[in-house]
Amino acid sequence: MLRKDLGLLVLILVVGAVVALINPRFLSPINLANTANLIGLFGIFSLGEGLVIITGGIDLSIGSVFALLGVIFVDLLVTYELPWPLAVLIILVAGPVVGLINGFLITRMRLQPFVVTLCGLLLYRGIARYYTNDGTAGFAFGQSFPTLEWLTTGRTYGVPHTFIAFVLIALAMGVLLHRSVFGRYLFAVGRNEEAARYSGIQTGRVVAAAYVMCGALAGLSSIFLTMYTRSISPASHGNFYELYGIAAAVLGGCSLRGGEGSIVGIVLGTILLQILQNLVNLLGIPSSLNFAVMGGVILIGVLADQQLNAYRERKIAARASAAPKPGVDTS
Amino acid sequence: MPEPILELISISKSYPGVRALRDVSLAVAPGEVVGLIGENGAGKSTLMNILGGVTAPSLGVIRIRGQQKDNLTVSEAIRCGIAFVHQELNLFDNLDVAANVFFGREQLSFGPFRLVDTAAMVARTKPLLERLGADFEPDTPVAALSLAQRQLVEIAKALSLGAEIVIMDEPTSSLTLTETNRLLEIVAELKAAGVSVIFITHRLNEIERCADRVVALRDGAVVGTLQRAEIEHDRMIRLMIGRELKSLYTPPQAGVGEDILVSKDIRTTTYPDCAVNFSLRRGEIVGLAGLVGSGRSELARTIFGIDRPLGGSVTVEGRQLDIHSPRDAIARGVYLIPEDRKRSGLILEDDITDNISLPNLRKFAVAYLVDRSREEEAARQQSGRLNIRAASVSSVVGTLSGGNQQKVVLAKWLAMSPNVMLFDEPTRGIDVGAKSEIYGLIRALADAGVAVLMISSDMEEVIGVSDRILVMHEGRISGELERDQFSEHQVMLLAVGKSTNSELPC
Repeated sequence: MLRKDLGLLVLILVVGAVVALINPRFLSPINLANTANLIGLFGIFSLGEGLVIITGGIDLSIGSVFALLGVIFVDLLVTYELPWPLAVLIILVAGPVVGLINGFLITRMRLQPFVVTLCGLLLYRGIARYYTNDGTAGFAFGQSFPTLEWLTTGRTYGVPHTFIAFVLIALAMGVLLHRSVFGRYLFAVGRNEEAARYSGIQTGRVVAAAYVMCGALAGLSSIFLTMYTRSISPASHGNFYELYGIAAAVLGGCSLRGGEGSIVGIVLGTILLQILQNLVNLLGIPSSLNFAVMGGVILIGVLADQQLNAYRERKIAARASAAPKPGVDTS
Repeated sequence: MPEPILELISISKSYPGVRALRDVSLAVAPGEVVGLIGENGAGKSTLMNILGGVTAPSLGVIRIRGQQKDNLTVSEAIRCGIAFVHQELNLFDNLDVAANVFFGREQLSFGPFRLVDTAAMVARTKPLLERLGADFEPDTPVAALSLAQRQLVEIAKALSLGAEIVIMDEPTSSLTLTETNRLLEIVAELKAAGVSVIFITHRLNEIERCADRVVALRDGAVVGTLQRAEIEHDRMIRLMIGRELKSLYTPPQAGVGEDILVSKDIRTTTYPDCAVNFSLRRGEIVGLAGLVGSGRSELARTIFGIDRPLGGSVTVEGRQLDIHSPRDAIARGVYLIPEDRKRSGLILEDDITDNISLPNLRKFAVAYLVDRSREEEAARQQSGRLNIRAASVSSVVGTLSGGNQQKVVLAKWLAMSPNVMLFDEPTRGIDVGAKSEIYGLIRALADAGVAVLMISSDMEEVIGVSDRILVMHEGRISGELERDQFSEHQVMLLAVGKSTNSELPC
């Protein structure tokens, strides 16, 4: 665990302790389970967003993907009455396809990630709204899918399945990112794409793979989100969710320049964001201030991190100049 | 000697652990052209940076027109009439000539609105360009100019400042022979107009032609001054290196073997009309000389698969090489040590181990997961073999010296099994000690049966290290020299496109 992650963990514990002191309901089983559920829901796609950010890119289309895949999912179940495993499978395929399109446009057509995914954000939401005539897509009265509901919204020993899924995915992603060949390639491409290419890495494929994985996790998330809300108004469903993902990744130490970040960091970032949301509710802060609290905390966190780094570097520089080594190699 | 316009008295400059300049004194008279020579690292740049106000001397006095300047800043230096013409051009591609000449001192109009008066700047740039005999207009975009023309823009900028002392740092390094002649004429014109010029170059014949006096630096100290009548090629070299020019050359041990890499009619995107043919042999170091922009790096990049070839083919060990991506070249043991190691050769934020294992990461992986201990083992082995000086293999590459960084780039490939090594400026920005180590490594590679192509703009290196020299001019191979034909003069002639008896058709 890096020093940065440790700092974030301490921040989470401090904020949690303060909230618990002011309002003991924070630690009640119901509140904890609810928060864990939200952490799972938001965490899964934040991991994907983090991958993309490590390549030096960004994915702004995630929230709109939730709306589009959500209405399609509901439609497959309600209108076409497909068996739910098939519907789930279709959505789980559609997610990576969206990612593949992004990856293709970015690596082959050499468009900028921001532009490509901004267009995705507008396109997918527009299509979703047109698809439902701007109406709300929901399950028919009395329609129920016990197994699917248990899988997505159920609990085991009081732990929400979304949270369990999040933990499992985070573990797998942690191994992939920090131990596997692909993870090393991903960081190499994010840090210096040209040097990676000169080392024989197919940088385009690595970047595209990050978008595909981000799309896959977005597809999975859209199923969880749909089952959580049970009805979808495509004009608002998933609005700004990509920003939650970006915020979690940035809080967790991902640099938007690429090449930096960790799964532990993204997980902690997600947890902090959800605790902040929870704090707004529990402390009786007007919920209209929700975003303002998040923005403020992220800003202060990033600023403090920046200042600490600068301080540390100054100290190292001071130590180095205090003890100059004779015969330093210079050219 | 008339009253000097510029005097540097006992200038010393120390950095932690290094003395870059020791007790250097230099005086320049009005209208005098002083040639400043010295090897890389002799202290020329440091001296000129002090003069330009970029760095402050640790000790010593600067006098301009008899006035002592204690805290010379860049703007103060400009006010005193000192202008720099840099080796690396500092121009804005996206602006036109006039805007570049007046950058930072734009002519303004409309009083408080402070709008840029383009017309006035164009009008004031025109006579400057005429004086320099430039064949372009003040409103020509810089992006459309050749390197030589850009050099003229830099000089026009210096003139527009009313400079009385112009410092030219390697102004001809990328110019053709005709352009160089024109530049030397301009130096003579400046001199006639009473402007002093400090001319820094490695090309001694240019100094012979234009300098009134030559000052030689070695290891941060002035080691000699030659008056006009004494300026001779050999004397300058003796002063610079402090000895007779000794050959760096070590002949191949094993002898030259068969062709490994054969390029047939390869055409690069930079010079689509030139088909390049050459071959590299086992155990042989082939130097690839030529001016900057002659298409050497593009050729190497194309063979390595970074750029797509427009036509032609490359065979390695008799079999055709697919040229789609560097992976194809790497799979056949064709490796490139790129020109800009910081940009293309290394991931500076990563440590030595990460950099060395990157091209061959799968080999260090079990079930797709990287085995750190095996990686470090290999890195330690390469580190020892190449004598990489660092605290450990976990040192971040960005903190290493240029020479050690280059060794890390080399180690990446040596950990695999090279057939052909393409070096692009292997010793650029590397100190003398590390240089000879790199030459030793290159020779050892050749002796181990690798074919080596070494692109280099350093004449001493090309002549001193190669077994055979190919020279490129504007995208084609303008000539090939065997060891007994080597001379600086021959290489230069071919590099500027003058034919010799060994010219090959394009």
